[in-house]
Amino acid sequence: CRFWDLALREHAAVNQKGIYDEALSSFFRNVDTRTDGDGIDIYRGKICSLKARALLIDMEEGVVNEILQGPLRDVFDSKQLITDVSGSGNNWAVGHKLYGCQYRENIVEKLRRTAEHCDCLQCFFVIHSMGGGTGSGLGTFVLNVLKDEFPEVYRFVTSVYPSGEDDVVTSPYNSVLAMKELNEHADCVLPIENESLFNIVSKIHQMTNSGKLGSTVKQNSLITSSAGGIRTDQAKPFDAMNNIVANLLLNLTSSARFEGSLNMDLNEISMNLVPFPQLHYLVSSLTPLYTLADVNVPSRRLDQMFSDAFSKDHQLIQADPKHSLYLACALLVRGNVQVSDLRRNIERLKPSLQFVSWNQEGWKTGLCSVPPVGHSHSLLALANNTCVKPTFMELKDRFMKLYKKKAHLHHYLHVDGMEQSCFSEAISSLTDLIEEYNQLDVSKGGPRTDPPRLKIAM
Amino acid sequence: MSVVTVQLGQCGNQIGHEVFNAICSDFHSTHGLCSKKENESYQEACKERFFSEEKTGVPVARAVLVDMEPKVISQTLSMAARSGCWKYDHQSHFCQKQGSGNNWANGYSVHGPRHKDAIMNLVQKEAEKCDRLSGFFTVMSMAGGTGSGMGAFVTQCLRDAFPASFILNQVVWPYGTGEVIVQNYNSVLTLSHLYQSSDALLVHENDAIHKICAQLMNIKQISFRDVNRVIAHQLGSVFQPTHTSEGAVRYSRNPLGDLMESLVPHPEFKMLGLRNIPQMSENSLAYSTFTWPGLIKHLRQMLIANAKMEEGINWQVRPPLPGLPVSQKCSPSRAPHFNTSIANLVILRGKDVQSVDVGGFRDAALYTSWLNPQDAFNVWKTPRAFNKYEKSAALVSNSQFLLKPLDDIVGKAWNMFASKAYVHQYTKFGIEEEDFLDCFTALEQVLSSYASL
Repeated sequence: CRFWDLALREHAAVNQKGIYDEALSSFFRNVDTRTDGDGIDIYRGKICSLKARALLIDMEEGVVNEILQGPLRDVFDSKQLITDVSGSGNNWAVGHKLYGCQYRENIVEKLRRTAEHCDCLQCFFVIHSMGGGTGSGLGTFVLNVLKDEFPEVYRFVTSVYPSGEDDVVTSPYNSVLAMKELNEHADCVLPIENESLFNIVSKIHQMTNSGKLGSTVKQNSLITSSAGGIRTDQAKPFDAMNNIVANLLLNLTSSARFEGSLNMDLNEISMNLVPFPQLHYLVSSLTPLYTLADVNVPSRRLDQMFSDAFSKDHQLIQADPKHSLYLACALLVRGNVQVSDLRRNIERLKPSLQFVSWNQEGWKTGLCSVPPVGHSHSLLALANNTCVKPTFMELKDRFMKLYKKKAHLHHYLHVDGMEQSCFSEAISSLTDLIEEYNQLDVSKGGPRTDPPRLKIAM
Repeated sequence: MSVVTVQLGQCGNQIGHEVFNAICSDFHSTHGLCSKKENESYQEACKERFFSEEKTGVPVARAVLVDMEPKVISQTLSMAARSGCWKYDHQSHFCQKQGSGNNWANGYSVHGPRHKDAIMNLVQKEAEKCDRLSGFFTVMSMAGGTGSGMGAFVTQCLRDAFPASFILNQVVWPYGTGEVIVQNYNSVLTLSHLYQSSDALLVHENDAIHKICAQLMNIKQISFRDVNRVIAHQLGSVFQPTHTSEGAVRYSRNPLGDLMESLVPHPEFKMLGLRNIPQMSENSLAYSTFTWPGLIKHLRQMLIANAKMEEGINWQVRPPLPGLPVSQKCSPSRAPHFNTSIANLVILRGKDVQSVDVGGFRDAALYTSWLNPQDAFNVWKTPRAFNKYEKSAALVSNSQFLLKPLDDIVGKAWNMFASKAYVHQYTKFGIEEEDFLDCFTALEQVLSSYASL
């Protein structure tokens, strides 16, 4: 919901004339709602009514209903919703097995319809949480469906991982069971932790209210703000944190939507950042968090933006990439930044980062000319880094604590199709993943021996 | 005779656009510094070579634009149309929506065959517009997916469809510290495939051009547009009309054929490097003067010492004395001090060009033993100055210029290949490990051929 709000805001800022153009068509359809039925798609000309290319799924109605009554109701079509009444009870098995089977036809049909409206479908974004029942269970079921029905379309998953003090008791079970699905069926996963989002929000709060610099921060530049968006009523508690994730997605897709001197599409992200099929978990960070109202931007500030992207305070999970091993790194820059600035910063930061031996210069860069709303430039850094390992290890520990005592297991095993083996498979899948990261870490400080080259007989 | 340009991928289209810009502004340049008749003859030749007539009077570039995603092409077409001096034929482009994802295999095995007919149709149409076709000039990068993968495929198709025409590939080598992570794989795959179908590969390295922008042109915040403009200037200085023999009255009509004849005597050696001096910012140009002996001396030393630009040339390097035993030659892993050439071509444009002495380039010590220095060196001249440079000299060289850069790229790619990283992304589209090995072998062969000169 935040995403659509901010997306509209961003496009409104760029698209002065209200003409439906290529950029808008990536996320929205232009529909003439005066006709009956599905509404005829209009490809050019003025915007009539924008409909998001999205499917909203929830097994209880509260949240979706609220969206439909809110200011964004016109962006969503009633045919894009799948809801039920009672929810999944924070139970992955209920979400995945029970509701999955029940709603499979419905889901496939709606996906097909949305896909048919697209000229050329490049990727699916799946946005969900790992700790609950619907997001994690039904969400991963949908992932499966996407893989079966649309095998060639990339699947990007944005998953919110539960933090240590999560209030859902069974969240470790749900997360590990979902992880197995992500391991096998997602092309690329962007894990997010609420704790990190919360820290970033507090930091910004501090900055804006600390008096000193507070008054000079441009309000709509806050990465957490909805200013300028449609919603004007009381903000909800998670809104600030969700805005960060929405901005992440906007920045990720900016080069695909807007022009630039070095475009970076979504399939390029998957190609460059996933060296081995299992290792597709990317740590993301967004900078800057806010812009001061000061108009002059000395290049020092630009460089600061790059440095910040690698600091552990800006990462969207609790991890410190600088002290772990990088497999690959991508930098997507938006705004008035040129290739020389990019090169200079890469040269500057390279010595302090450790890259794996076979990818010493593993940088992927993209330059998009259109900056985000309220900033003159911004940077999104995506890293395939072994620092995700601790997150997974903690998850495994929490899982094992419950599993050893067989706590709450019966809730899961009651569900049709769910067996003990699901649990053991899931945990072994997670263990394998951790082991792969371990092996890479082991090679970290070791001596670099280049393999011998082919010899040609003259 | 005309040249049809095929622009592939984002890099190819951006550079291609700048090349036509440079050619057009040279065409309209009033600093020709030569007789009116000479100027008209030059303009006539230039027009025939690169543009076709249109009823509106605005020259239309002889080009086909290819890309797998629409943004760059639409930008290129509109920028050209807005310039007023020239434009592209709006039918002559092919694009898709999806992009190649920096995946060579995607460009070569999937998009290539799928869109072969459409693209070759466009090329055929452009070729038919020419009275006489000299050949094809393709512009692409090696690092991405479309330019590299699809470029390799299209070059192969061109070779099959037009066996008698010349094909020159202009290839852009990416920055060493990464624009794309799998750039080394893409480069290895591209070069080995191009070697089979192309007649010659003319190479530009982003690192080198970046330095030129920073140090010679004094640009503070270098953008890709600046880099592309330098490349376009260098290419323009080679491809604009010249007289290819002494005392010739008319401009040469076969630019690509003449180029190949001078520079590619043996199919194993196809890598050409390009140097152009002087190169500086427009502000400085107004206050500088040049002499031919000075320019020639610098150019010669740039050749011998393998310097990429006019600053920082190593004057200590000297050609070896005749009679030195063969064992003195260096292996490719150590940068050879002296750059041995197979063939060189010097192109001179501007004032007093008739009186220039290029004897220094005819020195047998510069060349390998198996070619006669008379055949190995050629010079083309025109009294008509290029763009705003009163005198300019370009060197196109088939020599060990690219030995070290190529060695670096193959080394890094091999290193990555040994750990099998990213290989699954390529096998997904049909390029297997054996294909990789074949490509590596082919390039090692090229490296050792050049090293043993």
